[in-house]
Formats: sequence, C-alpha cells, structure tokens
Amino acid sequence: MDEAFSFVFLMLASTLRVATPLVLCAMGGLFSEKGGIVDVGLEGKMLMAAFFAAATASVTGSAWAGVVAAVIAAEALALLHGLACITYRGNQVVSGVAINILAAGLTVVLGTAWFARGGQTPPLVGDQRLMPLFLPEAGENVLVYAALLSVPFTWWIIARTRFGLRLRAVGEMPLAVDAAGLSVAWLRYRAVLLCGLFAGLAGAYLSVGQNAGFSRDMTAGQGFIALAAIIFGKWRAWPAFGACLIFGLLDAVAIRLQGVRLPGLGEVPVQLIQAMPYLLTMFLLAGFIGRAIAPKAAGVPYEKEH
Amino acid sequence: MSAPRRSLPAWAEVVLLPLVNIALAFIVVGVIVAIIGVDPFHALRLLVTGALGSWESIGYTLYYATNFTFTGLAVAVAFHAGLFNIGGEGQAYLGGLGCGLAVLALDRWLPAWLMIPIAIAAAALFGAAWAAVPAWLQAWRGSHIVITTIMFNFVASALMVYLMVNVLIAPGSMTPQSRGFLPSGELPAIPGLPLNLSLALALACCVGVWVFLWHTPWGYALRTMGHNPEAAVYAGTNLRRMTMLAMCLSGALAGFVGVNELMGVHHRIVLDFQAGYGFAGIAVALMGRNHPLGVLLAALLFGALQQGGAELAFEIPSITREMVVVIQGLIILFSGALAHLPRPWLQLLFARRAS
Repeated sequence: MDEAFSFVFLMLASTLRVATPLVLCAMGGLFSEKGGIVDVGLEGKMLMAAFFAAATASVTGSAWAGVVAAVIAAEALALLHGLACITYRGNQVVSGVAINILAAGLTVVLGTAWFARGGQTPPLVGDQRLMPLFLPEAGENVLVYAALLSVPFTWWIIARTRFGLRLRAVGEMPLAVDAAGLSVAWLRYRAVLLCGLFAGLAGAYLSVGQNAGFSRDMTAGQGFIALAAIIFGKWRAWPAFGACLIFGLLDAVAIRLQGVRLPGLGEVPVQLIQAMPYLLTMFLLAGFIGRAIAPKAAGVPYEKEH
Repeated sequence: MSAPRRSLPAWAEVVLLPLVNIALAFIVVGVIVAIIGVDPFHALRLLVTGALGSWESIGYTLYYATNFTFTGLAVAVAFHAGLFNIGGEGQAYLGGLGCGLAVLALDRWLPAWLMIPIAIAAAALFGAAWAAVPAWLQAWRGSHIVITTIMFNFVASALMVYLMVNVLIAPGSMTPQSRGFLPSGELPAIPGLPLNLSLALALACCVGVWVFLWHTPWGYALRTMGHNPEAAVYAGTNLRRMTMLAMCLSGALAGFVGVNELMGVHHRIVLDFQAGYGFAGIAVALMGRNHPLGVLLAALLFGALQQGGAELAFEIPSITREMVVVIQGLIILFSGALAHLPRPWLQLLFARRAS
C-alpha cells in the first residue's frame, strides 16, 4: 500500500515538474493571445531565457541573478515581437518564427564564444541552482510553486480585472477599444510583456531549476506544446493548465514506459506518446472534441483610421 | 508611426527596400560578431572566400542552394494562395521518406533511368500527402494552417525517429540509418562534391512554378484566392479545392529536399537530413518576394551563407556554424516582420528628392 502511495506521489511530483515550464509558458502565451497577438515565438523566448539564466548563474554564482537575467532576455525578445507586430504591423507568425530561429542560433553562438563548451554552459552547482522547497523528496523548487500560482493569477487578471476586460476586448475587437479612447498599442504591449515575463521564468526553470545548466535546443519543442495547451484549453486559464498537466503526465509516462511491454498492447512506441500532445491538439482543432475558437482579432495588426 | 503607407516607386519597392532590409540584418550580425570579439570585416572576407573562393566551395554553395530553392518555392506557392505553410520541415522529412522507401523497395530491379523518376515522384507524393492533412483541416474544418503545420513538423519528426529506430534500420547497424541505396538509386553527381542532378530539378521547379502561377488558369485562380478570397469565389473558384492544390504543391516542392539529400548525398535514409531547411525556406521566400527568380537568387545567397559559414566556423573557433542560423533569423525578422521599418526613411528620402 505504501509502495503504491509513494509511486502515485512520485508520479504526480514528476508530472508537476515536467509540466511547470509548460504551465508558465502557456499562461504567458494566454495573455498575448487574449490581447490579439499570436505568439509562435514562445519556444525562442524560453530558450533564450534558459541560456541567459544559466550563463548568468554560472558567472555570478547566484541562481536568482540567473532568474532575473532570464526575464530580461525574454522581455527583450517580447519587446522585439511587440515592435514588429504592434508598432510596425508586421506578420505575427513571421516575427515569432524569426524569434525562434534567432534564439536557436544565438544561444549556441554566444554560448560557444563565452564558455567554449560546444554551446553548453558550465554545470551549475550549489547556490547556482534553485533548490527544492518544502518537500525535498519531491524535488519541487520555487518556480514550480510559482507556476501553480500563475494559473489563478492569470485567471483573475483576465476574467476579473478592468485590465483583463480591456485585454479581451482588444483581442476581439480593437476598433471598439480604440473608439472608447484607450490605446490599443499600449494594451497589446502590456500583454506581450506579461508573456515575456512568464516565458522568462519558464526558461529559467529549465536551466537553473530542472537541469544544472544550459544545453543547446534544451526547450525541445516545449514552447510549441505550451501553444498546443493554450488551444487545447480553448484560450482559458484553468483548462489550459489541465492540458499542460495531461501533456506533462504523457511525458512522465513516456519516460517510464520506455521498453516496457503492456499486457494486450505490446510495446507502446515512446515516439507515439511524445507526439500525443500534437495529435490531440490536431483532433481538437479538427472539431472532433468540441470547438476551439481563438480571439477574433488574433493575428491581425490594428491599423488606426484617420 | 501611424502614418498611412504611401507607395514608393516600383523599383524601390522591389529592389531597394529588400536590399535595405538585408543590409539592416547584416549590420546586426556585424554587431554580434564584434561582441564575440572578432573583426566583422575579417569574418565577412572569410565568409565570401569560403563560399565562392574555389570550384569546390562553389559546388557546396550550389548544393545548399538547391535545398533552399525547394523550400523557398514551397513557402512562396502557399503564400500566393494566402496560406502560410510553416510545415516545410516536416514535408521535406516525409518527402525524403517517400523517395527513400521507393529506392529501398525497387533499386534491386529497376535501372537508374526508371528508378530516379519514380523516386522523385514518391518524394513529391509523400511531401504533398503530409501537407494535405493540414490543408484538409483548414479547408473543411476551419482549423488554422499555421498551427496545424507546426504540429505536423513534430509529428513527422516522431514518426521518422520511430521508423528509423524500429523498422528501417539496417540490420546490425548501431546508428539509426537504413541500408545504403544501390547505384541505380543514386543521382548522378559531380565527383567529390555533394552537387548533383537535383540542381537541375530545382531549376525546373522554378520555371514550373513561374509557368503555373502566371500562365495557367489554376495559377491565376490560386493567386486570386490569395489576394481576395471573395473575388475568387465570385469568379467560380472552389476555395477548398484550391487550398488543397496549393498546399499539396507546396508540400511536394518541400519534399524534393529529400531527393537532394538522400539520393544525391547520403545514399541512405538518415535522421535530420532536413534540419533547418524548412524554416529557412520562409526567409528565402520573403527575401525573394515570392517570385521564382527572387527565390532562386535568395537561395543562392543562403547557400553561400551556409557554405561560407561552415568555412568561417572552421577558420575562427570562437564562431560556430550556428552563426548562419542567427543570420537566417535576422533576415526573417528584417525582411519579414520588420519589413516596413525602413519604409518611412525611404519615403522621406524620395519626398525630399521630389521637392
């Protein structure tokens, strides 16, 4: 009995750890998308943040300095995205793709130039990492709890505050917001910056929390899984959180099922489980599991009339 | 900032603005190189000689340019239909699987002159099929093609890893790769270089895309749909079928990357042969203003960057090959998302000259 309990406990704990960057990223992406700015660049922001977190932590010796650097790095890319999409009314998907490619290249280029370890940062030890809090045996560090808190926070901001109401309006019908005398651009910039904040924390979690250092492409598509979770949650905070947990659980299960034969099923290909988040989201998008309706103005640059 | 977009003279729109965009990208690259502690002009010189300094390097440049032409055309065709295909990566991957399977199945029996066209057709078919699913979802179920093509890149990658590790791996091999192709499944190549017959295929695709888009009724309907779907419906175009056509064509073009890489160079199915070309295709199409000739020129530039970047990384250890990826990212940023950034400056310039 005790064994079963500890198995479930450890499984839940590991699901939560795997889901943390997804949750943070998804909450960030939610702000952006609710405000009408599509963010394909979550992956790139998270990767850049992960790199600067590990680089700063290893140079200064403080994990917290790393977290701050991660947020600054992600905010820089978020501002770039805002500049391209809001101020210059560029294509939001193109801007996101550019940010992803830029981050994939720049992290390795800078990493190699600064640390000469083939794109990796030196391994982080002691205070250079975020250590588990409260339940050391479960291994949850402070950012895991931050991710848990980010969900009610996001829900409350979007559903219950004046800013949230305006944010939703700017994502559905910016013309109305403009007519009400509010700045569409400033609202959207705030949405994009909130997105950068959360993506930065997610990146920091990857390199100074979950792992001990940065390695190239360490986000491995998690930004896109977070994007899938937003869609899967139909652009709402709690369902998106649920989707992140499901995707996290799939990942935790995939690791455990490697090479295991299930009765009646045979060996389940790990790749199938890894592809599940994408396949499930495709099914949802195809309208087989309810309907996912994006904010109406998402992806459309707002042009002020004269 | 919110000044209406006045038009520039046509030549400035087509030639000057793109050149200014690329110049901006390269200025930022220069700053990054300087931050690393390398003289940017020295790096540029190494890059240019690395890409064009010898027959061998020119051969490599053209080989890389072949891939970029395929993926650039793929993105451009979809763009003309008003569709954004960022699934080139997955379609190229599946295209390689298609031509690889055809060769593995038939190279024992068929001579090269029969084997090669069949394998090329298989690459096109598999690439098109992989694009057809997101296209179908967009046309009939209304799900957004950007999201579905992204998702399909990851599904393609998982599928290929599964197939290579569990099914297609050569017996006794430690690395996930298939058995080698027999000579009938290899494209004629220049000895000692990766440059092969695919270059001719790429050129043929450029001409084909140009003829299709501007000189056939389907191409006309496709471009109409991209400009104004309502007008296209009014003119009798079936938008759903046209979406399928545009995406399948796009996927088939991306699939040809597999022909160049597997039949031209690796001569077996390997993993990750397509890495990065699909995404770079977006940059190529943006730079080439979605015109086949522009795509070809942009692909040559990207090929030169790829080859020159490799040489640069070889000469200067503190610069890695990924510098090329940074340049690609910046080009997408400046000639795509921030394309209108220099427009006010140019307008000011032209207005001052006119007065």
